[in-house]
Amino acid sequence: MSDILLGRLDASALPWHELAIAKTGLEVISGIVGLTAALLAVLGALLVAAALTWWRLWGPLWRDWLTSLDHKKIGIMYVVLAFVMLARAVSEAGVMRLQQALGLGGGGIVTPDHFGQLFSTHGTIMIFFVAMPFITGLINYVMPLQIGARDVSFPLLNSVSLGLTAAGAALMMVSLVLQPFSTGGWSGYPPFTEAAFNPGAGPDYWIWAVTLSSLGSTLTGINFTVTLYKERCEGMHLMRMPMFCWTSLCTAILMIFAMPPLTVATGLLALDRYLGFHIFTNDGGGNMMMFANLFWLFGHPEVYILILPAFGVWNEVFSTFSGKGLFGYRALVMATMCIAILSFTVWVHHFFTMGQSADLNAIFGIATMAIGIPTGVKIYDWMLTMYKGRVRISVPMVYGIGFLFLFVLGGTTGVILANPSIDYQVHNTLFLVAHFHNMVIPGTLFGMIAGYTLWFPKAFGFRLNDRWGYRAAGLWIAGFLLAFFPLYILGLMGMPRRMVAYFEGAWLPWTLIALTGGALIGLALLCLAVQLTVSLRDRAALAVPVGDPWDGRSLEWALPAPVPAWNFPVLPVVEGRDSFMELKKNGDHLDRPRDGFADILLPRPSMVGPVIGAAGLVAGFALTWHIWWLTVLTLAVIVGAMVARGFVRDTEYTVPAAEVEARWNAWRALADASPRIRRRDEQRPANRGHAFPAAQEGEA
Amino acid sequence: MNRRHPGLNLGEAHDSANDDAEKEVFGFWVFMMSDAILFGLLFATYVVLQGNLNGGPGPAELFEMPSVLIQTVLLLTSSLTAGLAQLAMKHELGTRRIVLWLLISLGLGLAFLTMEMRDFLTMTSKGGVPQASGFLSAFFALVPLHGLHVAATCLWLLALLGQIARYGTDDATKTAMLRLGILWHFLDVVWIGIFTIVYVGGLA
Repeated sequence: MSDILLGRLDASALPWHELAIAKTGLEVISGIVGLTAALLAVLGALLVAAALTWWRLWGPLWRDWLTSLDHKKIGIMYVVLAFVMLARAVSEAGVMRLQQALGLGGGGIVTPDHFGQLFSTHGTIMIFFVAMPFITGLINYVMPLQIGARDVSFPLLNSVSLGLTAAGAALMMVSLVLQPFSTGGWSGYPPFTEAAFNPGAGPDYWIWAVTLSSLGSTLTGINFTVTLYKERCEGMHLMRMPMFCWTSLCTAILMIFAMPPLTVATGLLALDRYLGFHIFTNDGGGNMMMFANLFWLFGHPEVYILILPAFGVWNEVFSTFSGKGLFGYRALVMATMCIAILSFTVWVHHFFTMGQSADLNAIFGIATMAIGIPTGVKIYDWMLTMYKGRVRISVPMVYGIGFLFLFVLGGTTGVILANPSIDYQVHNTLFLVAHFHNMVIPGTLFGMIAGYTLWFPKAFGFRLNDRWGYRAAGLWIAGFLLAFFPLYILGLMGMPRRMVAYFEGAWLPWTLIALTGGALIGLALLCLAVQLTVSLRDRAALAVPVGDPWDGRSLEWALPAPVPAWNFPVLPVVEGRDSFMELKKNGDHLDRPRDGFADILLPRPSMVGPVIGAAGLVAGFALTWHIWWLTVLTLAVIVGAMVARGFVRDTEYTVPAAEVEARWNAWRALADASPRIRRRDEQRPANRGHAFPAAQEGEA
Repeated sequence: MNRRHPGLNLGEAHDSANDDAEKEVFGFWVFMMSDAILFGLLFATYVVLQGNLNGGPGPAELFEMPSVLIQTVLLLTSSLTAGLAQLAMKHELGTRRIVLWLLISLGLGLAFLTMEMRDFLTMTSKGGVPQASGFLSAFFALVPLHGLHVAATCLWLLALLGQIARYGTDDATKTAMLRLGILWHFLDVVWIGIFTIVYVGGLA
């Protein structure tokens, strides 16, 4: 049946196929929902392409962004990717909430199969293509600036990582048009995802999208680790690094060790599906428990990969907006490291119910509860950071305070779930769904949005509109509460997760409340879009070119906004923690370099990253649809690109000292001309990014 | 602070090259760590599944120790010659000497791959195909992946020889040779694991 040219790709993959073969009313509606989603994806892509053509931006996009090896631009592209994918995954969540609100007695708006695809894409996207790119983007942008570096250690590898991650995300988008996607959930458990039960393209889309992302993240982990160990400026001892860098380091180390298990799991599942191996099959001597172990050996550290950078953002937020240094820096470092190590000792709690001995469950249950200790240390440290500080309720602080309350609640339900005997009762129910959303939304997602609000002025030179920021934050918190707290109750009432329809009337009120919450979250997302638009319009009034709008403490705030390509005119020398705050207390900014300016070498743009990304996307697509010639071709392109790159010697360009000096002088003149702003004027147009140290406000 | 990389002479006036070598080699070690996890998990999978013969042929029918022993000798010798290439580089014995040792290592690597392919073919002719059982699936997930690594390393070595032909032994080819050496020795270590756990363990 397999076509040489197109593999097994045929008309049944087209987005109107579900509609064309629909027999019942439900199938017709479900088909319309699917077709609309596909049309939205195509329309979105066409609109972007048209805009790029209209404003003649293809050239700049390619030259200044896609081929750029500048860690700041790569970071921004990661965050853009995360936001685009967030919009899709939140929409899918909305459809699922609607379905469960309408699903009493059967019916609703999507078929069970379609519902399965929805929760699979929602989970896969949120983890791999929202949370991961978001944390990677923020670390990419901020971490090298905080440690006083020119760039990451391997700028080209950074671009390749972005290419691979974007390829995975693009494959997810393709699966919306050339259907279907997997119905096996974000964890893709066999034997359900084996060829025997799921012969179609769905699980293959999942395998290759996840594998691309996993490879990209492994390389990112290596890159960040080496950067943090080798690129710190003089005097930046490990124990002087801002906490965000510590959490980045732990996340990077987790990526190095936790992503390979995922690659092994998806790779072996692919061998089962493509070549008839018996690794995870029911028959032939396979053992699906191996998949559960491998997947969660990745999956559990993964949740700490996601939460630790958010903890890093919270450290910056609480100390910056309390006008105080962090309370218990050393304890926070220790707690972060403890969490990183403990994260590898708990994976079995994801399958307490799979029949291993009670003793083993007890060990993993206790280990799981133990993670609550270092996390609790952090919570106390953050509260004590605010204690006796001059707390400003800025937008990131609203998210932060919401986070403190909600995350503690979510952690508490985690400790409940860590008890195997209780877990047996609520396993696979909405209680679990409520728990992990309670961790990742207030923890990771709020953290990421707070970080985006905090560092946006650094990246683009103007602040984000505060009014819309507060609205979004309020809606996120209220929406989260309404959407997910009912799920705890539903879980305790016995409602299984991933349920398309049910016959228990008592569940209905709670699913309706959850739907309301979903709508509020949709509005929150809309507010973020409005905020960006409004801020772009008012960027002159919101401009903070001097670069320190929040009276920041670490080195990135000592630079102009936006930061020049070379970051620091000369690499800084630091003498303590909160290095920029110390400088500010004594005088003003980083002074004119004592030995004058020098030429700076920067990495030349390279097309290797986008080429490998594009080839990776096509390879994933070709493998999914069994188009073998294309698979071979694209793999050859990837190998060829790597070999060819080895022959390139001219990989850097020089920025002349005169240019660096001119930029520095212009910025310095601007700073001298801008008033130093006290914190009470922080949100007014007078704030040009020249801060009066909050610590001295009492004295002056 | 001494940032010189041990084992590599890049000259006194080569600060930036030394710094690059430092971080590239360190980064490569970190990459090896993640690759070690990959192989470690495949070993674990093999150990879990090795008893699941599913009525198919087992190690005693399929493994040929003499051939495996020869492969082991070939691969370990190639590690020695790859090391001699590095020493030739360190002691500046000239590009010809380096290339010679690299070519010998390449030859030994290719001979290993040929022997391994022949073994796989013998196994399949006796019904030892990956589809036959969990044991064979795990075997064919682990051992050929090592072979694939060796093949990729050989390809890299060829590309490196091309670079040496084009640029001579410049800083970039020198640090590349250091990294290649790390990978080459790493694959030996993995093979010793395969030899012990899969072959000796399987027949014991």
